[in-house]
Amino acid sequence: MDDPAPNTTPILQVRNLQTSFKTDRGMVTAVDGVSFDLFSGETLGVVGESGCGKTVTNKSIIRLLPEHVTRYGDNSRIMFKDRNLLSLSESQMRGVRGNEIGMIFQEPMTALNPVFTIGWQIDEALKYHTKLNRAERRQKSIEMLRLVEMPNPEKRIDEYPHQLSGGMRQRVVIAIALSCNPEVLIADEPTTALDVTIQSQILRLMDKLKEETGTAIILITHDLGVVAQACDRVIVMYAGQIVEIAPVRALFHNPRHPYTRALLDSMPKPGVTEHQQRLPAIEGTVPSLFNLPHGCRFYDRCQRAKPDCQDRLPELVSLDTANDQPASDETVQHGVRCFYPLEAAKS
Amino acid sequence: MFAFTIRKIIYNIPIYLAVVLLMMALLRIRDPVAGQMGKNATAADFAAKRVELGLNEPLLSQYVSLLGSIFTFDFSREIWLEPGVSVGEKLAESVPVSLALTLPALCLTTVLSIVIAMVSAFNRGRWLDRTLVFFAVLGMSISFLVYIIFGQYLGAFKLQQLVGHPVFSIHGYESGIQNWAFYLLLPVLISVTVAMGYDTRFYRAVMVEETEADYITTARAKGASQMKIMFVHMLRNAMIPIITRIMITLPFLVTGSILLEQFFGIPGMGYTLLTAIQNGDFPVVEVFTAIFAGLFIVSLIATDILYALFDPRVRLQ
Repeated sequence: MDDPAPNTTPILQVRNLQTSFKTDRGMVTAVDGVSFDLFSGETLGVVGESGCGKTVTNKSIIRLLPEHVTRYGDNSRIMFKDRNLLSLSESQMRGVRGNEIGMIFQEPMTALNPVFTIGWQIDEALKYHTKLNRAERRQKSIEMLRLVEMPNPEKRIDEYPHQLSGGMRQRVVIAIALSCNPEVLIADEPTTALDVTIQSQILRLMDKLKEETGTAIILITHDLGVVAQACDRVIVMYAGQIVEIAPVRALFHNPRHPYTRALLDSMPKPGVTEHQQRLPAIEGTVPSLFNLPHGCRFYDRCQRAKPDCQDRLPELVSLDTANDQPASDETVQHGVRCFYPLEAAKS
Repeated sequence: MFAFTIRKIIYNIPIYLAVVLLMMALLRIRDPVAGQMGKNATAADFAAKRVELGLNEPLLSQYVSLLGSIFTFDFSREIWLEPGVSVGEKLAESVPVSLALTLPALCLTTVLSIVIAMVSAFNRGRWLDRTLVFFAVLGMSISFLVYIIFGQYLGAFKLQQLVGHPVFSIHGYESGIQNWAFYLLLPVLISVTVAMGYDTRFYRAVMVEETEADYITTARAKGASQMKIMFVHMLRNAMIPIITRIMITLPFLVTGSILLEQFFGIPGMGYTLLTAIQNGDFPVVEVFTAIFAGLFIVSLIATDILYALFDPRVRLQ
């Protein structure tokens, strides 16, 4: 599982993604130099605190950010099937959204349009991207509802969102996103608003669908439990940059960045009750994007920080080979952005 | 749905009965015949006049007779100002004229301001939005009278001088569809201009709220175009405030526009009502007020039914 077919060509290549917003206080760079590859059939987790750029990174991929205030870096490229998504026109992009790249959202309670039936809402995506006629589309919609394990799909298709529970609505959102067989599915905290049992059902469902359709999934979350259950590889983001990228096993057993370590430490451990152990929180907050430090962005919260960490920004380096190659342009198994990474565990 | 409608109607009947009773009582605070009597009228003259007009009867029997005429659409009471003409005839004459003015104005205002509001909401904070909001506020800040006077002066009088023949009527009215544009187009345009500022700002606020909704992002992620998002997704969700705003103005369509009708000499309901009030024409005022209250309640019921039609969450089992 740690080895997600490194020899195949990636379906999606993000290179040096830089996303900035025009604000009243000037330009602010929310995502700064993010590069990664996504392979068919894998689930790539993106974790980090709120405001780390997880959502902006992924909304950049399908260009759902408000275009008039968003600027992408000149060297930024998002290569998907030989096209740079950042240079497509809005109408070309419409052909990609919902068709080749699907997206599901955090809030199933509000993500669906309340005044249309769920059948209408699945049908809409099919109408835009397929040549099926009305009856075929309805058939396909029922099929999609069955695929996401909606009980009684023939009846449910004519119901409105308010007649469904949160978990059921999220299934509908997934059905919409998958209706046109996308190659990439971006799931932005798909389980955050759901209770734990439903969470696990939805994650299992996504995993099953991935197996069946071969869709690559980018799973944004701040829940490391979700990462452990669902992901093959993980990107840890901090203040708009990738600080560590690793296969999921390596991340949990052998984290190299102090931030990853701190995140793992702040997770509750099974078998330890609340009274026995207080969960350590990471002191301080993510630095303001308007006032980023000159050196390492994690410096003021880092327990391993040394004085020279303030002076320059560390590069993301590969740990696969001993020599510290810059990692950003290669597909690395395990990379870290730190001058003084944690020691590798003995294998 | 049928049961829902019936229930709404039944709930509103007592409300209407109470409103009519209250209205009748209020209209009798000042002696209704006072306006008809000369300076030197004696108490006996007053009493005789009241008997003549049936105002000496107990309030309850007057109440029953008014309700009877409302529910049977029988408005055969005579107008005081024009002997021989019934209230019903007067209404049948004036109301269509007012509707010919107010209905096109309402439709045009609503469609235009919704479209402008959507464009504005989608460009929120950008120069286009700011320009539109500026003009909306400017439009709201100018008095109705200024629009009428300048509209009449420039649109009718100056234009006539410019092209050499009358394009729009300055004063007067003739019925008939072929005369509509000549007599009513200018008042309609003035009325639209006045209402646009208010409506655009209201609908823009509604649309701005909708543009921030999560379902918009879902629709975009599906590949929906801007047009589909605006006119299918957003419009349908914004229907509740839109319906509310339109329905509340519906009863006022029959009252016409008192100012426009006065300035352009259009014999609509606004004109008729103003004349009736000024001259103490009691039957016209009383019957019209009762009808207006009825229309108001009917439009409230219709609003509830439309809510249920457009928003599945309002529908009751």
